[in-house]
Amino acid sequence: MSQYVPLLVALPLIAAFAMPLVGMLGKTIRNSLAIIAMAGTVTAALLLVYEVLVNGTIIYAFGAFDPSLAIPFDSGGVPIRILFVIDAMSAFMVLTAAIMMFAVVLYSLSSESEQTGQDGYYALLFLMMVGIFGMVTTGDLFNFFVFLEINSLAGAALAAYRINKGLSVEGGLKYAFISTIAGLFFLFAIGMLYGQYNSLNIAYIASVIDLTGLSLVALVLMITSLAMKAGSVPMHFWTPDTYSSAPSSITAILIVSSMASLYAIFRVAFSLYGVTMNVVTIGWIIIILGILSMFIGVSMALPQKDVKRLMAYHSVSQIGYMLVGLGVGVAVLGDTQMMNEFGLVAMEGGIFHIINYALYKGLLFLIAGAVIYRCGTRNLNELGGLGHSMKWTMGFFIIAALAIAGIPPFNGFASKILIYESVFIFNPYISVIAMVVSIMTLASFVKVFHSMFMGPKLPQYAEVKEVPLPMLIGMGLLAALIILFGLFPDLVVNLLIEPAALAFIDQSGYISSVMGGI
Amino acid sequence: MQTTLYSGFGVWDPVIWTIAGAVILLLVYLFWRSGVSTYRKGSEQERPYLSGNAEPEKNAVHIGGGNLYWGFTEGLKGYYSRLVPVHTGDLNDYMLWYFGVLVAVCALVVIFQ
Repeated sequence: MSQYVPLLVALPLIAAFAMPLVGMLGKTIRNSLAIIAMAGTVTAALLLVYEVLVNGTIIYAFGAFDPSLAIPFDSGGVPIRILFVIDAMSAFMVLTAAIMMFAVVLYSLSSESEQTGQDGYYALLFLMMVGIFGMVTTGDLFNFFVFLEINSLAGAALAAYRINKGLSVEGGLKYAFISTIAGLFFLFAIGMLYGQYNSLNIAYIASVIDLTGLSLVALVLMITSLAMKAGSVPMHFWTPDTYSSAPSSITAILIVSSMASLYAIFRVAFSLYGVTMNVVTIGWIIIILGILSMFIGVSMALPQKDVKRLMAYHSVSQIGYMLVGLGVGVAVLGDTQMMNEFGLVAMEGGIFHIINYALYKGLLFLIAGAVIYRCGTRNLNELGGLGHSMKWTMGFFIIAALAIAGIPPFNGFASKILIYESVFIFNPYISVIAMVVSIMTLASFVKVFHSMFMGPKLPQYAEVKEVPLPMLIGMGLLAALIILFGLFPDLVVNLLIEPAALAFIDQSGYISSVMGGI
Repeated sequence: MQTTLYSGFGVWDPVIWTIAGAVILLLVYLFWRSGVSTYRKGSEQERPYLSGNAEPEKNAVHIGGGNLYWGFTEGLKGYYSRLVPVHTGDLNDYMLWYFGVLVAVCALVVIFQ
C-alpha cells in the first residue's frame, strides 16, 4: 500500500492541532512549522500523484496491512473499512489542491503577518487542507461527508477570521449555513443509499445500485447540495458575500474547496450511478446549471465596484464552463460513438479548466489581496495608478486576467478551446454562449485593470510600494504555472487530463479496483 | 517536446503562436525605434497638455471603475433591473432558491425518467 496516502491527511491534521501549542513558542517557530508541514504535505501529494500516474489506481485501507483485508471473507463481499481510492482523477485533484496550498501558505506568511490570531489561522488552514484532500481521495460516502464538514467548518471560521466591521462574520455565517444545509441533505442521501444497499462504499454501492425511487431522490439531493457548495447558479448567492469578505488567501483556498465539491458531483454521476441513471436528463440538468452560471455570473460581475465581489461573480461564471464540459460527458455517457466523437474532449476541457481556473482565479484573489494589503480598500472607484508602484503585481494581474478571459497563449485558452470545439458538436448554441461569456469576462477585467493599475499616480497612494517577497513568490508561482500550462497544454492533457477523464468514464474499472482488484 | 494540442476538430500550437507574437513585437519595436527621438524622460514633455489649461488634481482626472460600462448596463437596464434585486443578501432567500432548485430537479428527473 502507498504510504503517501495517510500522510496526505495525517500531516496537515497533526500540524493543525500542533499549531496553537507551537504558537506559544513564538511566531518564527510557528511559521517554520507551517512551512515544514506544508512542504511535507505537498511532497507527499506529488509523490502520490506520481505513483498513480505510473502504477494506476491506488487503494488504501485504513487499519489494515493490506487492501484485500478491506473485504473480510465473512462480510458477504461488502468492504467494511474506510478506503481511500486514488485514481487518475483523484490524483489530478490532489495535485491541484497541493499547488494552491503551497502558494497560499507562502503568501499568508506575509499577508497575515500583521494580524492577530495567526495560530488559529494556520490551524484552520491546515484543517481545510485535511478536508479537501480527504474529499477528493476517499472511496467512502460517509467519510466524504466527514471531510466535507471539516472543510466547511474550517472554511467558515477562516472566512470570518477578520472582524472587518461585521462583514466577514456575515460572510462566514452564510458559508457555514449553506454548508450545513448542503451537508445535511448530502447526509440524507447517504442514509437513503445505506438503507437500501447496507454499505457506504462508493464502489460497492455502484456495483449493486438499482434506480429505485429512493436512489433517484438521493441522486438529486447529492447533485443539488454539491452544486450549491460549488457555487452554481441559482444557488450561488453566498459566493460574493463570502469570497469578498474572507482574507484573500482564504478566498483562494475556498476556490479549491468549491472545486472539491464540483469533483464530487461528477464522482457521484460517473462512478456511483453511471449509466444506471438517465444520463441525458442528468447531463442536461448539469449543462443548464452551467449555462446559467456562465452567463449570470459574468453579467453580475460587470457592474460591480468591489473588486473581490467582481472576482467572486467571475468564479461563478467559470464554474459554468466546467459544468458544461463535464455535463456533456454525462449526457453522452452511455453512447460510445458520441463519447469518442466529442464527449471525451468536452470532459477533458472541463477537467483541464478545473486546474486552470484554480490557478488563475487563485492568483486573481491573491492580487486583490495584495492591493488591499497596500491600499486598504477594495473599492474600484477609489483605486488607481498602482501600476506605477506595484509593477510585479500588475504583471501578474495581466497574466491572470488574460488567462481567465481565454486569451492565447495562456492556460485558460487551452481548456476553453477544448470546450468550445467539442460542445459545438453537441449543441452549437452552448458553445456560442460560452464564447460570448469569455468576451464579457475580458471586458470586465479590462475595467479592473484600468481601475486599479492605470491612470496617474494618485496622491493618497504616493507611499504605496510593492508587496513583500513571500507574497510575490506565492503569486509568481501561480503565474509561472499559468504560462507553462498555456505553452505546453498537450503535455498536461496527455499526462494528467486524459487519464483523469478516462478514469471518470471507466465505472467498471473503478468498481473492480476496489471490489475485484484487491 | 510536443506542444500541439489536438482537440479532435482542430489544432492549437501555443509555441508557434508565441514565436509569431514575438516577431510582431520585434517589428513594432524596430518601427518605433526608427521614429524621431526627441523624447526626454522627466522633462516638460511628460506633463499633460490640456489646451493650455492647468492640469486638474490627479483624483479628478482618473476614471474610476464605477464609470466604466455605464452604457452597457444602461442599455440592458431591463435585464439588470430584474437580475440585481434577486441578489438580496438575505440567507432566507438563498435557501428558498436552493429548495426551489431541489424541487425542480426532482420533478425533471421523475418526468424524464
